[in-house]
Amino acid sequence: MILALHDFWSANGCLILQPYDMRMGAGTFHTATTLRALGPEPWNAAFVQPCRRPTDGRYGENPNRLQHYYQYQVILKPSPANIQDLYLESLRVIGIDPLKHDIRFVEDDWESPTLGAWGLGWEVWCDGMEVTQFTYFQQMGGFDCKPVAGELTYGLERLAMYIQGVDSVYDLQFNSAGVSYGDVFLENEKQMSKWNFEVADTDALFDLFNKAEAECKNALENQVPIAAYEQAVEASHIFNLLQARGVISVQERASYMGRVRDLARGSCEAHMAKEAPGWAEKYPEWSA
Amino acid sequence: MSDFLLELRSEEIPARMQVGARAELEKLFRREMDAAGVETGDVTVWSTPRRLALIARDLPDATKAVSEEAKGPPEGAPDQAIDGFCRKNGVTRDQLEVRDVKGRATYFAVIEKPGRAVRELLADAIPAIIRDFSWPKSMRWGEASLSTESLRWVRPLSGIVALLGNDVVECEVHGVTSGAVTLGHRFHHSGDITIGNAEDYAMKLRAGHVVVDHEERQDTIRQLASEAARTAGLTLVEDEGLVVENAGLTEWPVPLLGRFERDYLDVPPEVIQLTARVNQKYFVCEDSDGKLANAFVCTANIESTDCGSAIVDGNRKVLAARLSDARFFWDVDRKHTLADHAKGLERITFHEKLGTVADKVERVAKLARWLVEEGIVKDADPDMAEQAAQLCKADLVTEMVGEFPELQGLMGGYYARAEGLPVEVADAIRDHYKPAGQGDEVPTAPVTVAVSLADKLDTLISFFAIDAKPTGSKDPFALRRAVLGAISLIQENGLRLRLRDAITNSHPDEFLGGTPIAISEDDGAFRPLSDSEKLDIRRNRREETSDSLLEFFADRLKVQQREAGVRHDLIDAVFGLGGEDDLVRLLSRVKALQSFMGTEDGANLLAGYKRAANILKKEDWGSEPAHTGDEDPMENVDDPDMRAVYAAATEDRTQKTLSYTPEAAEKALIDALDAAEPKAANAIEAEDFAAAMSALASLRAPIDAFFEEVTVNADEENKRHARLDLLARFRAAVHNVADFSRIEG
Repeated sequence: MILALHDFWSANGCLILQPYDMRMGAGTFHTATTLRALGPEPWNAAFVQPCRRPTDGRYGENPNRLQHYYQYQVILKPSPANIQDLYLESLRVIGIDPLKHDIRFVEDDWESPTLGAWGLGWEVWCDGMEVTQFTYFQQMGGFDCKPVAGELTYGLERLAMYIQGVDSVYDLQFNSAGVSYGDVFLENEKQMSKWNFEVADTDALFDLFNKAEAECKNALENQVPIAAYEQAVEASHIFNLLQARGVISVQERASYMGRVRDLARGSCEAHMAKEAPGWAEKYPEWSA
Repeated sequence: MSDFLLELRSEEIPARMQVGARAELEKLFRREMDAAGVETGDVTVWSTPRRLALIARDLPDATKAVSEEAKGPPEGAPDQAIDGFCRKNGVTRDQLEVRDVKGRATYFAVIEKPGRAVRELLADAIPAIIRDFSWPKSMRWGEASLSTESLRWVRPLSGIVALLGNDVVECEVHGVTSGAVTLGHRFHHSGDITIGNAEDYAMKLRAGHVVVDHEERQDTIRQLASEAARTAGLTLVEDEGLVVENAGLTEWPVPLLGRFERDYLDVPPEVIQLTARVNQKYFVCEDSDGKLANAFVCTANIESTDCGSAIVDGNRKVLAARLSDARFFWDVDRKHTLADHAKGLERITFHEKLGTVADKVERVAKLARWLVEEGIVKDADPDMAEQAAQLCKADLVTEMVGEFPELQGLMGGYYARAEGLPVEVADAIRDHYKPAGQGDEVPTAPVTVAVSLADKLDTLISFFAIDAKPTGSKDPFALRRAVLGAISLIQENGLRLRLRDAITNSHPDEFLGGTPIAISEDDGAFRPLSDSEKLDIRRNRREETSDSLLEFFADRLKVQQREAGVRHDLIDAVFGLGGEDDLVRLLSRVKALQSFMGTEDGANLLAGYKRAANILKKEDWGSEPAHTGDEDPMENVDDPDMRAVYAAATEDRTQKTLSYTPEAAEKALIDALDAAEPKAANAIEAEDFAAAMSALASLRAPIDAFFEEVTVNADEENKRHARLDLLARFRAAVHNVADFSRIEG
């Protein structure tokens, strides 16, 4: 399925990239999405991104909720006029027949306060299940997207469940030799849910958060925004873990989110500041 | 005459925005046509997720020619002014006419505006409509979005069909050009559909598997969803909101019934219904006993090749996962008691100046207990009231309510029952948010009443204590709803509650009055307050809070009673007495007053009262009774020697014995007052307001006769004084029942 998507999007002008080698909550955090969504340069890329969402863990007991799963992400800047058609064509390519399955675009606007980003779009339903998040980015890191990028985020496990017709993600066939998704990941889900919710040392996590924050500032001071952004991503994930451990009160939550947002925005701002002169020269009609 | 068709095609428009978008399209179209002087007859507007369509019938081919004139500067004005006027109106100087305006020769420009072809007007109007269209949220897209000046629309605008009669109205908006070509259903129709005119539009779309009329789609969903349930031996739980939403999500709606595993029915039915409705937009069904059945109806947008079996199966899986999550929450939440959950409330801020929800809960529990112990809420166990109040907000920290905030209260009730708490406590937790609005059921179970009322009173008192009153349309803490809820609870249950007592007993002075520590001296230096000064300041602030809260109650009560057909001036008349903070007594007094004012005695007594009051006012005789009651007439007399003199004079004026023989009518009024005063006072004491009114009615004939036969402004000073005193006494007697000066008529 991944190979089919790679073939399709490659044929439609996308670079095929690899996952970012850090723990992150969504493919949107990949620098190929966030940082590349800024600025006037055309950018078309597709890649798989493993995602970790500690609070979504269900100890392997829910048929489609996981704390670790895979997203397939496509970013198209500027958003092409036929983006919906391209997307629907990609569904046919992986074997979803829109005359057999009910495909719908249901309003779902996207906002990431931690990234200072928002966009309008839909969640795409396949027979009532959200299989893709479809967003036209309007702002990133607090900056207007000029031009607007279209982002497609496929939930790979969910799509696979449709294609294979199974009720539980753990019953997916990983290959044709009888290895299931459960064989590969069930134990991982059980252990990681336990660790996320019950075991992780919270003092160490608080410490890690503070260190990532400090390192981000250090990187910003030394004008390496990409390195700073990585620390923002790290802090964001540590914050999610602290949330799962239930040690952040409601009042503290807002303050932690504010701290992560400052890091992410600071990184985007520094990135813009570094790149803007070059962009403005190349694209005279563009301005920050 | 031709019909006009406009179709604006877009990527999927959110269902919830379509109603507003239809209204906006019609409004802007009419605005443009009005401005251009085109008469518009019938306008029909339709919407689907992918298009907005407007059909205007019988547009003329051209507008009529009009001649307009503009008044310019007077003759002899500076050339600059005259040239400017010419430029503005597009005429040359020799085309100006000179006319007489009030004796002054003035230039006029006559501008002939020829009729314009409606086609041209529409070509201008369509871009204006699109540019001015207001969406709740709009976005930029595509290459043009390199600039933030690019067109904004709800989602990318992809096509325009504009036909007047059989011809295209040519126009262009941000790179989208109009034409006659549209698209059909996303999956059931490939290729273009060319529309001929407004007449064949809906038909051609139908052939392309699009039902463009949203009302027709709604009807289809209503009928077929019910039919699907009936076929399965079930009854559909009707839900108009879902009908409209599903019609806004489909161009070719096909309701399909599916089943979910029976095991999930262990989860409370409200949870199942909510997750089906909110997350999945499914209808639910009931069995013949009226119990929730393990079935759902989803609305597909296609007629699938396998008759919907893959769709139903897919939707079943999604619902199963949702219900599995709900059951996970249900199980996890029940691992702890509500008392355990309630501890988590310490982490939730109620309001930054009012502490945490745990603090609020503590106040509510104390007040609920007080309401029961004082006998205000009867037949309730004070321990139960306190316990229910302590637990009533605990479900806010449960997983289920975190996921579905609408279930607050309801889930608390379920959890209370599940852990074996008394049914009264569970019901009180479940229902304590009620009544949530007008028309909502008002609780009557005593423990529930105590908790619900205590919760609302606490919210009101707390926010008034920090001066966060609603202003104008701003009511961020929903205090109007809270006060109406409190009023309904008091009324429906006939609760004899002195609001001032409730305020004092539930909230200590420190809370209501703040904690003043220091005071600024005239020289700007601060000095600490003494204990008694602190006490005074707090007491004053508490009084202010109580006063403004009571006024708020009065205002809302007036609004509520006016809607129930009670005259607001009568409520004012009773509130005007001051000190009345018992709503039940107040309303029964108002009721008695209203029926009294409907009688001839009432109307005439009011006339007599007004006449007496006018005379007293003119003579400046005695101040308003409300101000005299507690005042000590000796208060302002400092000279000890003079006190006796003043006292004697005052005594003289208030004594009843007269220094002359009264006239017959005067005597009759005195006698009537002698008889009526104690009667009215007793009746009021006994809260028999009808009897108090009839006591007053007995004054009507004597006061009429008095005005008829007795001269108040007698020449003799002693008579004049005595008669004015008598009128003042009459006024005071009436005032014991209601402040008649506030009654209109």
